[in-house]
Amino acid sequence: MQHIRAHVLVCGGTGCKSAGSKDIQLSFAKNLEAYGLQDEVMVVETGCHGFCENGPLVIIYPEGTFYCKVKVEDVKEIVESHLYKGRIVERLLYREPMSLEQVPSYSEIGFYKKQKRLVLENCGAINPEQIEEYIAVGGYEALAKAVTTMSPQEVIDEVKKSGLRGRGGGGFPTGMKWEFAAKSVSDKKYVICNADEGDPGAFMDRSVLEGDPHRVLEGMAICGYAMGADEGYIYVRAEYPLAIKRLRIAIEQAEALGLLGDNIFDSGFSFKLHIKEGAGAFVCGEETALMASIEGKRGMPRPRPPFPAVSGLWGKPTNINNVETFANVAQIIVHGADWYCQFGTERSKGTKVFALTGKINNTGLAEVPMGITMREIIYDIGGGITNGKKFKAVQIGGPSGGCLPENMLDLPVDYDSLIAAGAMMGSGGLVVMDEDTCMVDVAKFFLNFTQSESCGKCTPCREGTKRMLEILTRITEGQGVEGDIELLENLAKNIKETALCGLGQTAPNPVLSTLKYFRHEYEAHIKEKRCPAGVCEKLANYTITDACRGCGLCARNCPVQAISGKIKSKHVIDQAVCIKCGACMAACPFKAIIKG
Amino acid sequence: MKSLADLQALREKLKADIKLRRNEGTIVIVGMGTCGIAAGAREVMSAVLDELAVRKLVDVQVRQTGCIGMCEKEVLVDVIRPNEPRITYGKVKPEDVKKIIADHVVNGRIVEELVVGKIEQN
Repeated sequence: MQHIRAHVLVCGGTGCKSAGSKDIQLSFAKNLEAYGLQDEVMVVETGCHGFCENGPLVIIYPEGTFYCKVKVEDVKEIVESHLYKGRIVERLLYREPMSLEQVPSYSEIGFYKKQKRLVLENCGAINPEQIEEYIAVGGYEALAKAVTTMSPQEVIDEVKKSGLRGRGGGGFPTGMKWEFAAKSVSDKKYVICNADEGDPGAFMDRSVLEGDPHRVLEGMAICGYAMGADEGYIYVRAEYPLAIKRLRIAIEQAEALGLLGDNIFDSGFSFKLHIKEGAGAFVCGEETALMASIEGKRGMPRPRPPFPAVSGLWGKPTNINNVETFANVAQIIVHGADWYCQFGTERSKGTKVFALTGKINNTGLAEVPMGITMREIIYDIGGGITNGKKFKAVQIGGPSGGCLPENMLDLPVDYDSLIAAGAMMGSGGLVVMDEDTCMVDVAKFFLNFTQSESCGKCTPCREGTKRMLEILTRITEGQGVEGDIELLENLAKNIKETALCGLGQTAPNPVLSTLKYFRHEYEAHIKEKRCPAGVCEKLANYTITDACRGCGLCARNCPVQAISGKIKSKHVIDQAVCIKCGACMAACPFKAIIKG
Repeated sequence: MKSLADLQALREKLKADIKLRRNEGTIVIVGMGTCGIAAGAREVMSAVLDELAVRKLVDVQVRQTGCIGMCEKEVLVDVIRPNEPRITYGKVKPEDVKKIIADHVVNGRIVEELVVGKIEQN
């Protein structure tokens, strides 16, 4: 065997793969051979690093050099220059978006500096398809410690003491949930991992499953031991083929080593895991609908109680946690609750992974300690707003969450302060919006999503969200009438109070929070028939400025003959006839037509 | 796998394979500037890797560097043991590599006759 002197880590997350990282991996293999380095340099496919904006990513150790936006054509140069001669290929280094400074190493990049990566510590650092690498970084020690040295109650007490709260939405204390399930007496109990990540823009669960699947399996097994379950299901959406593939490999490898299966660590504790692929209905992220789906029934929620801890899957006591929640468990057991409590705030412990999307420079995944401000996430980690535009709002918590305006940017991010501000942690999607965004349109977008995902079982959600969407649509089309805002508020309040499940109860949140912080925009749409951001097409007014040379192109392109004027003199648009299609603006060679 | 001890034994065995990504252990640096390559740096590098493989020293990091200006003394090889000064050896031939690794990397005894520089690490 040769001495391996360098590791080339090629990101194999979904983002980088779709940007061509598989070809890059193959090209490395080819070029290393061409330079005779194939026996001294190892190529490793890893999970997601979170910095998807800059993918495909390649990291070379021992230097820790971070190359971004690597193309197949660049591989030869990296091999010749970096791996053969030891010279860093500077043009492929990351540049900070604000200072444009080049940063050679992983740990020095602003995006990573403010992060505290507990859940994501192995994502991008190990090969997720090799259990050996997970064990080498300390994997499965928590499970061994729990089943061989702790009683189930001690495990529950440790998790309770850590203050861990559910990362999937509501933030219910995890230890308490486990205790309820443990106290239910039954011959059979189940553990379920909710990997039905459906919020638009959220992809942290997918990245954990793809980048570090064993961590989730380990957390589930520890939960099974604590509550007395010997079987578990991972409910993962079929749209995540890579996550499913890696989970299958992980389960197989763990079973082969006896880390899952019968009599784990000779403790008498047995635990088996199954994967259930979901069909992608948003409502199946709701726990009772999810269980119905595993049972082979239609994915619809049912009233609670009974809670799953009493009567869950096939009527047996069941505990359901989200991927990120399970991913926290191993470290709590290994390092102890006191260690875990040093991160976060009084009532929200640990870290949270956020998916940064929208008008932000560094889109990707960022894991931060609870209590950090939104401003730090958006500006220090996210690198600020794209194209130097002004920040307008951030939507947090997906379709169940809310929009927060600029004056809330210094709000500490934790479960309780977000609820107080009219948003919620949710799964941790952060959609950043700039000054060109219409908040009524945003509310309409999210409501449209929940409306079409409503399962239709209860009337408030099925009919109520439909009526709200109709009102929002007519407001954005200039048909809004006095009283619409009050009607929206009234409907929202009713749906929140009477809908059957979390989907319906939180569906009005995007409307309520935009009404709270951006009411003037709704008023402008209704009273002045004007969209301040110039987004709503039907409210846009096209006008011709003095830059017009009278070429007549606009008039010829207008499909409704709304434009008139003499050749070589300024033309005018008849607003009564105009259908706001924008064809004139596109046709004008002098940029003399403006929208506003 | 029957116990925590079994797992830890397996971990110890596997740990070395990824130590490279943790920035620990002794570092050997070979000068791979044009001058170094012309003087035979690639052959020295191969000798280093072979010797490390023979001795199963999996946690030693081998890096390269560019020209540092002492072209006359190429091939230059640096050895940095944790918390010890950085020692630069000059005019290293592939046949010198065995001795540098045996004496310095493994046993901490500097090969004085080949040393051309010493930098205190802070």
